[in-house]
Amino acid sequence: MPTLTVNGRTVTVADDACILDACRAAGVHVPTLCNFDGLEPWGGCRLCVVDMSLAGWDDDWFKMVTACNHPVSDGMTVVTDSERVLETRRVVLDLLLARCPETPLIQRLAREHGIDRTSFRVNPEPTDCILCGLCTRVCDHIGVSAIASVNRGWGREIAPPFHEAPPDCIGCLACAEICPTDCIPYEDSPTRRRIWGKDFEMLRDPKTGEAVITRAQAEHFAERSGVPMSYFESSDRSKRRELAKTVEALRVVK
Amino acid sequence: MRIESREQFEALRTETRAQDEAQPRKVLVCCGTGCLATGSRQVAEAFAREVASRGLDVEVGLRVRTTGCHGFCERGPLVAFQPEGILYTKVKAKRVPEIVEKTIVGGEVIPGLLYKNPADNQRIEQYREIPFYKHQVRVAMRNIGHIDPTDITDAIAHDAYAGLAKALFEMAPDEVIEEVAASGQRGRGGAGFNTARKWRSCKNAPGDRRFVLCNGDEGDPGAFKDRSIMEGDPHSVLEGMIIGAYALGAHEGFIYVRDEYPLAVVNLQIAIAEARKLGLLGTNIMGSGFDFDLRISRGGGAFVCGESSALMRSLEGKIGEPRAKYVHSTEKGLFDLPTVLNNVETWAGIGAIIHHGGAWFAAMGTEKSKGTKAFSLVGKVKNTGLIELPMGTTLRHIIFDIGGGILNDRPFKAVQTGGPSGGCVPEGLLDLPVDYERLTEAGSMMGSGGMIVMDDRTCMVDVARYFLAFLTEESCGKCVPCREGLTQMLAIYDNLIEGRGADGDIERIERLARAMQLGSLCELGKSAPNPVLSTLKYFRSEYEAHIRDHACPAGICRALTAYEIMADACDGCHLCFKACPTDAIEGIIKELHVIHQDACISCGACFDVCPTQAIRTFPKVERAVEEVV
Repeated sequence: MPTLTVNGRTVTVADDACILDACRAAGVHVPTLCNFDGLEPWGGCRLCVVDMSLAGWDDDWFKMVTACNHPVSDGMTVVTDSERVLETRRVVLDLLLARCPETPLIQRLAREHGIDRTSFRVNPEPTDCILCGLCTRVCDHIGVSAIASVNRGWGREIAPPFHEAPPDCIGCLACAEICPTDCIPYEDSPTRRRIWGKDFEMLRDPKTGEAVITRAQAEHFAERSGVPMSYFESSDRSKRRELAKTVEALRVVK
Repeated sequence: MRIESREQFEALRTETRAQDEAQPRKVLVCCGTGCLATGSRQVAEAFAREVASRGLDVEVGLRVRTTGCHGFCERGPLVAFQPEGILYTKVKAKRVPEIVEKTIVGGEVIPGLLYKNPADNQRIEQYREIPFYKHQVRVAMRNIGHIDPTDITDAIAHDAYAGLAKALFEMAPDEVIEEVAASGQRGRGGAGFNTARKWRSCKNAPGDRRFVLCNGDEGDPGAFKDRSIMEGDPHSVLEGMIIGAYALGAHEGFIYVRDEYPLAVVNLQIAIAEARKLGLLGTNIMGSGFDFDLRISRGGGAFVCGESSALMRSLEGKIGEPRAKYVHSTEKGLFDLPTVLNNVETWAGIGAIIHHGGAWFAAMGTEKSKGTKAFSLVGKVKNTGLIELPMGTTLRHIIFDIGGGILNDRPFKAVQTGGPSGGCVPEGLLDLPVDYERLTEAGSMMGSGGMIVMDDRTCMVDVARYFLAFLTEESCGKCVPCREGLTQMLAIYDNLIEGRGADGDIERIERLARAMQLGSLCELGKSAPNPVLSTLKYFRSEYEAHIRDHACPAGICRALTAYEIMADACDGCHLCFKACPTDAIEGIIKELHVIHQDACISCGACFDVCPTQAIRTFPKVERAVEEVV
């Protein structure tokens, strides 16, 4: 279990922890945009940069790294608020604000770092997408990979193959729900769901009539888990009712 | 035939060498990409036809060989004659019968085809006496131009795989690494990481399965050394990789070649097939019990895939994007297994290092940068081409002695080294000895060994903008500082060259540059500001002129520059009239010509053709003032 210092506070964390874990354990806030617990760290937004010095390095020698994916080691020194760290974060947010001038999350983060207006050229076609990659990574994680980033550089965007309704999409909405700026549009009703230009049939709970899940998603999970379809089509309410009945029955027996 | 033992290999080596010596008369026609573009394939075919029809191949054992790049691309197609050592430049197929008649049969040199030294206008007969070749020391490129890359016996006659035989039968794997360590060789891809250290780190990583990879994704504008090595001597690359695999205990390898190098791919494929047939690749190599095989993977045209982690993702079939390298690829590389990735030139040097010994290699170069380095010398220099020199050679020697000086004897302004990640080195640093440390200190880098020479007709703001535009196009867009930073920086530069520069632009550029250097994910973003910062460091006044005066001091930026003919220098030759694409020039032969400013698009075509330097540039803002007056 490595012991390190974060802004002067000593913490001991698990062997496989990253610097961000250590910062959290030390109660030090580090802003992030593309990080999400449970998904492999990606290191794309560069907002979580910190200064880091390994045991044995010169005292004043620091390397700037991303906290989300840099492993910890014993005797490491981490500084999250040096001037160059804060300035790099400010430039990152300044750039994102130029890209997404109307996006509340970016406006708030920028304001927290002292930026009210971007000092760069404002994007002539404002977007809410910050290209954090969370949507594509969660889609990969679920085992679907229906969407991906296409093109490169400034032209990079998130899209289904050939900008057509993605054949592999199961309509689970994980991408839309994980999106930190809520920029993936979808339509949802008890009978129909539509996302990425593809329509999905909803399965209704046979007892409560609630729309629970798309047929494609239920089939995807049933196939992968071996659990019967009936499990996926019952709503949470319906599952709780079943549980209550079971408990009640047990009490009667007693 | 399959080689089953070292004795068999040595026998084959002796035999191929004897054959080579028995037929010393050779016509070597360069068939590298540069010479092919100027028609060398037709020249080679014409020689083959002519020699065969005269029966010279049978009578005197004359052989016509198509070789890889001779390096002197500026003067192609190149044809060398052995054993005489004569080099003919700019050879046309229609002159081949005459050459065969006079030079091969008659033993007479045709002066018009010899290289003319621009320094003293003397024709030079022997290719070794030509300044471009005289100063070179070739290690990685030792056999290029001398062998037919599609004939493995030709390569073996020139010591190919001799280092491999020595490694397999005389040395333990660790001794191979020690020998490479003794050579002091550092990575030739640009970063200059010590080769032996990289190998050791991979060897120490836990696991049974590991990979050796060759990075042939050379993509810097103006660089073509890796292409020439893969095209001209693919066996040197294979040999290095087999030796490396033996040292590391790896059994699988990949060569990642950019798809824009079709000839390199073909020659590598032939080399791999021939090596497999001889038992130099595959199972039980040379009967040593060591197994290793490799495959070629063709890149999809993304510059960033030359970055190690992106290259590995691309090889895995994923999107070619870099990832954090806090855990080194020597431990977790391709498919998360220990991997050694070296540049083409690095691998090409390994066979020679093992064959001649590490000390031999370490005797060349400087204290921290050992051996020789290949450079692609291009731009406004008289002798463009591919060269290899000991580390520590000065820029002045490279540009003025080997390169022959600046085109049209214009003043030297700067040399851009290291591709888009490198920087511009000004005249004051011409005596800088070229090695990894010195170039970095000067704000540039070794990079892939590209050297772009610039004369006084070069605007440094425009140069920085060119590299920024290239990188903006090639950034993968994964991380914010690189994707958004490059785009914003390019927008500022567009303003500068269009005359819309504003106070604070330089500060904005510097702020962005610093954040990109510190905050970007991979080396593409981290080094992208180098051309910007080095031009700012050495040519800041040009930036200030663009912003403050809306003027381009070099007279290049079209939106800021106007042209006019100086009456006292114009002799009315009419060349500018013919060159002007917009008919903006008026004048009769032998009389003064005039440029109509309203029709002029400032392309500079007249300036470049004027034999009497009668055309001058001046800031467009002055023209506007004149009009008002």
